Amino acid sequence: MPHIELPEPDAGVIRRLPILIEGLKARVGQDLLILDEEGRRAYETDAFTAYRRVPMLVVLPRTTEEVSKILKFCHENDVKVVPRGAGTSLCGGSLPTEDAIVLCISKMNRMIEIDPANRIARVEAGITNLQISAQIAKEGFFYAPDPSSQLACSLAGNIAMNSGGAHCLKYGVTTHNVLGVKMVLIDGTIVEIGGVSLERNGYDLLSLVIGSEGQLGVITEATVKIVPSPEGARPMMIGFRSPEAAGSCVSAIIAAGIIPVAIEYMDHAAIEVCEAFAGAGYPLDVEALLIVEVEGSESEIGVLLGRVAEIAARFDPKTVKISSDPEQSARIWAGRKAAFGAIGRVADYLCMDGTIPLAQLPHCLTRISQICAEYGLKVANIFHAGDGNLHPLILYDANNPDEAERAELAGEAVLKLCVELGGCLTGEHGVGIEKRELMTTQFTPTDLAVQMRIKTVFDPTWRLNPAKVFPLALSDEMRTGNAVSTPEAA
Amino acid sequence: MSELWRPAAEWELQSMIAKLVRENRGIEVVGHGALRNTGRVAKSDVVLTTSGLKGITLYEPTELVMSARAGTPLYEIEAVLAARGQMLAFEPVDLGPTTGAPGGALSIGGIFATNFSGSRRISAGSARDNLLGVRAINGRAELFKSGGRVMKNVTGIDVARGLTGSWGTLAVMTEVTFKVAPIPQTMQTLAFPELPDDLAIEALSVAMATPLEVSGAVHLPRNCAARLRTPKLKGIDQSLTLLRLETFAAAIDQRKEKLKAALKVYGTPIELDSEESFSLWSEFRSLSIMPFSTETALWRISTLPTKAAEIVFAIQKFMPAVAFYDWSGGMVWLEVPAAADAGAADVRRAVAVRGGHATLIRAEPEVRSNIDVFEPLKPEIERLTRGIKSAFDPAGLFNRGRMYANL
Repeated sequence: MPHIELPEPDAGVIRRLPILIEGLKARVGQDLLILDEEGRRAYETDAFTAYRRVPMLVVLPRTTEEVSKILKFCHENDVKVVPRGAGTSLCGGSLPTEDAIVLCISKMNRMIEIDPANRIARVEAGITNLQISAQIAKEGFFYAPDPSSQLACSLAGNIAMNSGGAHCLKYGVTTHNVLGVKMVLIDGTIVEIGGVSLERNGYDLLSLVIGSEGQLGVITEATVKIVPSPEGARPMMIGFRSPEAAGSCVSAIIAAGIIPVAIEYMDHAAIEVCEAFAGAGYPLDVEALLIVEVEGSESEIGVLLGRVAEIAARFDPKTVKISSDPEQSARIWAGRKAAFGAIGRVADYLCMDGTIPLAQLPHCLTRISQICAEYGLKVANIFHAGDGNLHPLILYDANNPDEAERAELAGEAVLKLCVELGGCLTGEHGVGIEKRELMTTQFTPTDLAVQMRIKTVFDPTWRLNPAKVFPLALSDEMRTGNAVSTPEAA
Repeated sequence: MSELWRPAAEWELQSMIAKLVRENRGIEVVGHGALRNTGRVAKSDVVLTTSGLKGITLYEPTELVMSARAGTPLYEIEAVLAARGQMLAFEPVDLGPTTGAPGGALSIGGIFATNFSGSRRISAGSARDNLLGVRAINGRAELFKSGGRVMKNVTGIDVARGLTGSWGTLAVMTEVTFKVAPIPQTMQTLAFPELPDDLAIEALSVAMATPLEVSGAVHLPRNCAARLRTPKLKGIDQSLTLLRLETFAAAIDQRKEKLKAALKVYGTPIELDSEESFSLWSEFRSLSIMPFSTETALWRISTLPTKAAEIVFAIQKFMPAVAFYDWSGGMVWLEVPAAADAGAADVRRAVAVRGGHATLIRAEPEVRSNIDVFEPLKPEIERLTRGIKSAFDPAGLFNRGRMYANL
């Protein structure tokens, strides 16, 4: 599937590899390096598996100081660096290049300090998302952002992608839950950005760093907010005869002043596959299913779900089913959370990640079906309805190169549609290589120049995470080093 | 007196900036002037106001989103929201009255440019957290946008949020898009009297660790509580530790009882109903407990809640100071006697030892021009700050000296 262009590797750098290896050994020791091909091949891709490039070298530092030494060395020796957490990116955000070193911080995974009185925790950034919550659960707290890959994904990756999750309607995404980071710049400088208190001092550099996809620096530690665990939570399922009815119901719930902790939408195709896989008890005779979850005490949950049911009744639902016990709740969520895996058993799929204004949902779903039909493909739709994040799963056969390319093209058309309808290219997966060239559909060259100048402030010679996020043609000068006029103040 | 330039539309603003950039003239960026008496005094040839860029351009109550031109007054936005039972959840603080500038003159652009959030920040996030997108013009006279109108958006670098708290030194916002929230059906307040500062902060932390969604956690030492005007608490001669609960009517009494039980060891609270609570928490939004005076200076200290009382005690060794602890102690507003340096040496030392940073909010203009208003930056952060400034405004024309003497 050679649809996305990757720049030619720099043969000069690859020729210097033996010298680079000796230099790195001298600075951080041989134990941190992975040199053999089999070892390096483990890092050739992330969860965007259609693209693979074996890096020339992998380094696994254990401390911020080691990260600093490695980056300083790469900076001095003109070597590109691909930062990597757990490698769960769905957009090729940590795809290596053959002339780059992969700097993977997965060994830096300690909980440094839990501070319940101030409701913060300090962690090394390689810790997995779920481990943070697991380690603070006994104090009655959790870490709120919950991307589907939370069992495996690292906090560093979450920060790089500003990851969300199903519960962000109430709790926000990563940028709302991280207070500060320790980061290493490409020249080896260690900087503390943000802090431990709520308010920042000076420019909000942390906002620029969160979601910057490894373009600005390598994050080694973070201070995160921790949130008290709710007393309880319970979902209900509402099945509708049409996407319009489901969309209107979501609007009506929010208009009534109720903010559920999650509102998940599944279309008929997604319901069928998930039900066959998980036996969650989803109704099969509906066109659209909403899973609405609320939090609070038992009695509060009862009142809120009762009000949601009353509102839903105005839209002629086919099924309304409030979960009756924790087992049923777990089954309802298991079906939804297994959606990607379940669909993966039926076919290969491309998971898109656009966002749209809620009001556009019915129109958008119709257009997506048309687009996929034009390319001769099937699609299943999963939608975080509360926050407008739409995940169409475009089904194809990976063994059929023609179909695979059609799937990519259909995906592009879907994302362009999202932008056209007032949404954006990516709600939580990031740009990576996947959406790099599509950035021009959402942004003007000026919008992108503003972003690229920020990159240049942090990484003047563009060595960090090469060929991602910014369209190749627009970033060519910076990447190839012809315009190293760093914007330093006079 | 500098010339006043007042564009009526985005394109006009852009062409004015282009002209000023060509002529290399310094530009002071203002809204309606609510914030002109705080921060450092900008050195400029021209005052450029966004007050002519007015109007709500998008409001989707069912998507909890609104867009407005930067000069739209806050009161206009809040009126339109209230008519649909909605609000800005982060409770923007109006610094006008406490700094001797006009009250009620906040523009929506100024709110995001300075990022001053009120008591509900601890549950609803800051202004910055609620910002979704901007359109703005930088010091190269380029019009650009960042973010959008949807809640989840990770498309490229988050320039929109990066502009918050930059005080108009990077770009002039022309339009902002932000999250709105339903107004809770009802609210109640528990006021625990007579707790000393350190014990009060502990009580606030206990409350914040419950799942009861406390949406305001304030402590007022005795000399500060005495300034309250809310009828039920007016003239009180005790410290007050205040906790706000907001939710739907059927849930509030149960939550209140649970919170009282969790805080039993801290005494029996005075209870304020919805109406009384509304009046009380409005006092914090307008900072009426920190009234304007030329006899005093006002600081704003961001720190860890567990360090807040210590910092205040340390400063009180050197000068009489009146503290208002907000955000469960994570934000301290501190009134100190007016002085040539507004007490900066002692305030900054007390904060530096314990972690956090302090911003001078109110002092005479000469004082604000002679000392650091914002906490001085570490060298490596200063280098990045200069780089960012230069990337947006290479000639350094926007709000020169407004945040830092040499920027």
